[in-house]
Amino acid sequence: MRRSSTIATVPAVLALVVSALTLLPLAMTFLSSIKTGAQASAVPPSYLPSALSIENYLKVLHYQAGLGTYLFNSLAVAFLTIVLCLVLAVPAGYALARLRLPARETIFVLLLAGMMVPYQALLTPLYLMFSAIGLANSHLGLAIVHTVLQLPFSVYLMRSAFAAVPIELEEAAVIDGCNSFQSLWRIFVPVARPAIVTLVLFAFITSWNEFIAALIFMGNENRFTVPIMLVGVRQGHFGAVDWGALQAGVVISIVPCLLIYGLLQKHYVSGMLSGAVK
Amino acid sequence: MRHSHRRHAGLLYVLPALLFVAAFVAWPLLQLLRLSMTSASMLGPGSFVGWNNYLKAFRDETFWQSLAFTLQYTACITPILMVGGFLLALLVAEPGRIARATRGIVFLPVVIGLGSSSILWVGLLDEQVGLVGRLLVDLGLVAHPPVWFVDAELGMWAVIGTVVWKVIGFGMLLFVAGIQSVGIDVREAAMLDGAGYWQRVRHITLPLMTRTLLLTTLVSVIGSLLAFDQFYIMTAGGPRSETFTSVYWIYQNSFIYFKQGYGAALSMILLAIVLVLSSVHLLIARRGAPA
Repeated sequence: MRRSSTIATVPAVLALVVSALTLLPLAMTFLSSIKTGAQASAVPPSYLPSALSIENYLKVLHYQAGLGTYLFNSLAVAFLTIVLCLVLAVPAGYALARLRLPARETIFVLLLAGMMVPYQALLTPLYLMFSAIGLANSHLGLAIVHTVLQLPFSVYLMRSAFAAVPIELEEAAVIDGCNSFQSLWRIFVPVARPAIVTLVLFAFITSWNEFIAALIFMGNENRFTVPIMLVGVRQGHFGAVDWGALQAGVVISIVPCLLIYGLLQKHYVSGMLSGAVK
Repeated sequence: MRHSHRRHAGLLYVLPALLFVAAFVAWPLLQLLRLSMTSASMLGPGSFVGWNNYLKAFRDETFWQSLAFTLQYTACITPILMVGGFLLALLVAEPGRIARATRGIVFLPVVIGLGSSSILWVGLLDEQVGLVGRLLVDLGLVAHPPVWFVDAELGMWAVIGTVVWKVIGFGMLLFVAGIQSVGIDVREAAMLDGAGYWQRVRHITLPLMTRTLLLTTLVSVIGSLLAFDQFYIMTAGGPRSETFTSVYWIYQNSFIYFKQGYGAALSMILLAIVLVLSSVHLLIARRGAPA
């Protein structure tokens, strides 16, 4: 008995150590963000803030074009990405799962093929194309790139979700005289709500976090998304980095992701398991 | 009429997605191929130069260096992520509150952007204001806070440390799902046969998870081969261009030097490498998928 309880203690201790190591960088960054500006840039650094201060957050708030502009840009691009993914993937997944469709497999493969092409390789032609048609430096242009990234997963997800809807529900809709669009809207979409939540969640996180396309496509300071703003803070003014503002900016950029993960952990985990290894 | 309408009804629903992929994936791919055979630059669309850009890449020392560095980075980080992820999965796949909480916590950094996490680590690793240096000194491990990014090797390991922190939860979660799908009854049967813990892991869990292990490794390798954000932010390619990755060198040529033609040729080379790997991934995924 005693022996087995010591054996059970080892994994528990290990698990706690691992958890602490994972949380430590987040905690240190958060604690640094609420130091005063002077303390955040002190050499050597202190572990804990000696006084609580929102000075660093105020500095981020008024950084260059203002935090509001960058937050707006990030949210606008994420919103457009979500809309594009929904508008494209929900009907496509529905047709692939439930409607008569010539060359179904080929179409499915074509829609997923984007997964095999690293979007980093497409950035140059997309940039030239967007410059020519006025989409460079626009929310819509960047949202299109983020949709390129997210569409295969979205289609895959919606196809699986719609395929799992019981046939009886669909038959009842047909008897009620619903056409294919009405069945999609009244029967399939409500039943597949968990998958739609997962789609929205992943589209948001992808877009909010995406870095290289935002760096390339948003050349104008007023169009920077939050991660690109952070690069600006990190580069600093004439070599002098405002470390407090940097930590506060990092906290602002990661809080939405952590909140969403905290609130929708189940959706997040199930979405990841369905998308990543299939 | 009605019959044919029903037969093709589905097309209308997939058409928007198909057009989107045609316009923003297929067409740019064709453009990439065309561009890679031109001298397009900031001066203009340039002229047709055939395979010249590819020959130029062959002689471009920084291209080879960036490719070698990318492979080195991938070769170093992949075993850490896979072995570490698997060991973590073993630790947290057991039932119980601590295990479940740990699973949730280790996965936390996965949802953060790689850009944000790299900036976070820039602050923590800074030799003057960073807390990592202070912590290492206080623990007596070093005499002075290390200066991570003046040396390519040290810089790479620092980046690897931060990326492992950020993404190890990804593999862990997939492995947990794999371990749990092995089924408690199989493991219990082995336990009754008197197999010890590590024997069970080696002879039962691991063989049954080969497919998951392979697929996760490929996803991870492809991800590492496309590394950019962490090096752009943490090393800026330095010192002496030694930490340019493939994607970084493409970015540098296409968007800093404005040599789009040359950048496109480099992209085509990278694309070919990644396509080989993702084809292998697809083959394994298809073969193992329940029909």
